[in-house]
Amino acid sequence: MSTVKLTVNGKAVSAEVEDRTLLVNLLRDHLNLTGTHVGCDTSQCGACVVHIDGRAVKSCTVLAGQASGSNVITIEGISKGDELHPMQAAFRDNHGLQCGYCTPGMIMSAIDIVNRYGGNLDEDTVRQELEGNICRCTGYHNIVKSVLDAAGRMNVAQAAE
Amino acid sequence: MGVEGIGASVVRKEDRRFITGKGRYVDDIKLQGMTHAQFVRSPHAHAKVKSIDSSAAMKMPGVVGVLTGKQIVDDKIGNLICGWAITSKDGTPMKMGAWPAMAPETVRFVGQAVAVVIAETKNQARDAADAVIVNYEELPAAADIRAAIKPGAPQLHPEAPGNVIYDWTLGDEAAVKDAFGKAANVVSLELTNNRLVPNAMEPRAAIAEYNEAEEHFTLYTTSQNPHVARLVLSAFYNIAQEHKLRVIAPDVGGGFGSKIYIYPEEMVALWASKKVRRPVKWTGDRTEAFLTDAHGRDHISKAEMAFDKDNKILALRVKTHANLGAYMSLFSSAVPTYLYATLLSGQYNIPAIFAEIITVYTNTAPVDAYRGAGRPEASYLLERLMETAARQLKVDPAELRRKNFITQFPHQTPVIFAYDVGDFGASLDAAMKAIDYAGFAARKAKAKSEGKLRGIGVSCYIEACGIAPSKAVGSLGAGVGLWESAEVRVNPVGTIEVLTGSHSHGQGHETTFAQLIAERLGVPISQVQIVHGDTDKVQFGMGTYGSRSLAVGGSAIVKAMEKVEAKAKKIASHLLEASEGDIVIENGEFKVTGTDKSIALPMVALAAYTAHNLPDGMEPGLKETAFYDPTNFTFPAGSYICELEVDSGTGKTSFVNFVAADDFGRLINPMIVEGQVHGGLAQGIGQALLEGAIYDSSGQLVTASFMDYTMPRADDLPSFKLSHTTTLCPGNPLGVKGCGEAGAIGASAAVINAITDAIGHNKLEMPATPDRVWHAIHG
Repeated sequence: MSTVKLTVNGKAVSAEVEDRTLLVNLLRDHLNLTGTHVGCDTSQCGACVVHIDGRAVKSCTVLAGQASGSNVITIEGISKGDELHPMQAAFRDNHGLQCGYCTPGMIMSAIDIVNRYGGNLDEDTVRQELEGNICRCTGYHNIVKSVLDAAGRMNVAQAAE
Repeated sequence: MGVEGIGASVVRKEDRRFITGKGRYVDDIKLQGMTHAQFVRSPHAHAKVKSIDSSAAMKMPGVVGVLTGKQIVDDKIGNLICGWAITSKDGTPMKMGAWPAMAPETVRFVGQAVAVVIAETKNQARDAADAVIVNYEELPAAADIRAAIKPGAPQLHPEAPGNVIYDWTLGDEAAVKDAFGKAANVVSLELTNNRLVPNAMEPRAAIAEYNEAEEHFTLYTTSQNPHVARLVLSAFYNIAQEHKLRVIAPDVGGGFGSKIYIYPEEMVALWASKKVRRPVKWTGDRTEAFLTDAHGRDHISKAEMAFDKDNKILALRVKTHANLGAYMSLFSSAVPTYLYATLLSGQYNIPAIFAEIITVYTNTAPVDAYRGAGRPEASYLLERLMETAARQLKVDPAELRRKNFITQFPHQTPVIFAYDVGDFGASLDAAMKAIDYAGFAARKAKAKSEGKLRGIGVSCYIEACGIAPSKAVGSLGAGVGLWESAEVRVNPVGTIEVLTGSHSHGQGHETTFAQLIAERLGVPISQVQIVHGDTDKVQFGMGTYGSRSLAVGGSAIVKAMEKVEAKAKKIASHLLEASEGDIVIENGEFKVTGTDKSIALPMVALAAYTAHNLPDGMEPGLKETAFYDPTNFTFPAGSYICELEVDSGTGKTSFVNFVAADDFGRLINPMIVEGQVHGGLAQGIGQALLEGAIYDSSGQLVTASFMDYTMPRADDLPSFKLSHTTTLCPGNPLGVKGCGEAGAIGASAAVINAITDAIGHNKLEMPATPDRVWHAIHG
């Protein structure tokens, strides 16, 4: 057992976990942040994507101990109070989700994509960049639309800041 | 249409919780004192269980108990059943082999559970499961259809000699033979419909809690139909009587058919929770999903079609072998029969059809309904056959189809169904226009000049949805009625709760059903709550599958709403001192026609609950219930056209365009409908190009992870061009047909027809991977 200390969604947290505990299990089982999902056991599906120190990471590929000292943001931590993150709003407005299970990971990956590409996103790039996130419901059509829509909203928001 | 009523693409009410991480799926739920289950599963496809030694596991940290197949049988927990009786052509009933929830003596597929470990934590349960020593005696396995029907093949069940479950026929064999005798041309084709794994993104999960004092169970489960689960667990599996069992299906992360069935894990969790007197949670991992979720498709077929000299179809003959896996899953028997053979007329006027369906046991996971369920197999077979015919007869594939379209409705096919309405020419026209079919020859020539192989493929599908009139399915062997129920509760302050037996696991019912209320009663959808997925809240329901939620469940809501309206009008007329016949409802107001007198719904509701001033003899309250049983199936239909290019150097296909023109009748929320089509198309294209469950000859599933089984990803798919044509369904009050499965039914043939057009010959099976396509090009 080890003590893991990190910042999750802006709050300092500490947990006593088995050494083999994955970050996703720390989030779900110890911190009750169940918005981050587990959809596979081979790090393929991307339902568990969170941000670690600003980068999108599959939280099933990281031991909780490896995340010690880092700054983790989950799907629960991206809206400002009642105000949705532009990516969340774009997924809702473009019907970018159906069952909702892949959605948190999809949104966290998508934010990272827009952060990296800024205004230089097109459909092909979005499709290639989403390769690590599997959705079984939407056929990706409206997810791609959502990401492109959000890219515009996020760039406008950034320009305003 | 109001801004939120029928026809409005309003954004979904349910989305906020999903996009903020506040969904509540089974694995998100924790109960006080909850233990964790890990199953011990067979590594062999076929073996005798000689002994199970759990002594070491019992001593491991945190272990609460180890339970085995023998114990579950000793406790008289019932075997899993198939709920649809099919009779073979010789008059004998289907041969159902016994399927205990955990195998006491014989395992018949890799992954079948033989024991379960219950421990304080998931990791402790996993560790201890590894320490359970099972001694197996391996038996030879039959891992596919051909191996199972060979003389001398390993026998799975003593009840089913030769591994044949049933040999069933439909149609007029003599008439078909006669028509073939008169044919000017005969076209034939042999093909395989590849086996698929549904892979809803949320793995199956269950939490069972037993209340000793009340002798009452609660089951949280990933189900598309919690009431059916309760019915089956109670009536057949001997878990508990219905009033002592509550089944809750909270947010469910996709189903596609695979979460219709009651699986061994839920039964074991319930049984174990009583044994250990603690709540028991089981969450499957993806490997378990691959090994134990019901798979889909898996047919081998031979089809022949007879044409007259004018290229009109005279007859169709089909022989199909269907793999049902090692055990008969809940609705497995109906899929290759009443959901497949009955659709073999497609959109075409075919005077005579004869189909023979032979289902077999193999040492593989059970096979049951997966999105489309039988209808994709029928559509794929027929549309590949039509394409083959057009090339053999040297006519345009679209025009051959059009020449043979059914144009008069109602139309009685020779295979049970009576199509109520449709306009197949309209959807084909829409698709051809959308893809510029007329300009294809020039595009193909241009591509050729650039060294590319370009092809176009048409697929005209029809499906039978809205399952189904109870009397009709009862006469065909179904063990249940397939109606739906609804309750509409107007609360005293005028907000509304709708309780439905349909279950939403991505379909957006919380929005679409609220739109039905908004349309009729003028109540904003924010004031409407859709309640589903809990047997303690909803009176009863048959659940969601077969694109039935709106056509059947939505119609039940309409019926209940009509009763509410009738009572509310009586109250309004009493309060307004007007004749009941003069009351009309407009935008949530009850108005007296021709006057300025009106009363708003909340005031009517308040009057109903205060009961201070109701008509004499009227009961207080404003809530009504309805059960709706459809009068016919619905028949969504449409045309899909795919244009693509094949790289002859690599065998890789690239989409140029994919267009879909569907007729779903009236659309309630077009945005949601289009989302359903997108998802269905992705699964149909996935089947055509990427997906295939492969067992090796010993029965090992070699595609048991997302590393090995190719799920469609964003960069595998194009954006789709959708359009709609409309003929209203006359069989239900909404005029709707259902849209959930169409894409998966129509897409695969369009893709394969396009590739075979590009490569210039017809010898290609799904999935058309680059390797297969390259070999098809280069021999």
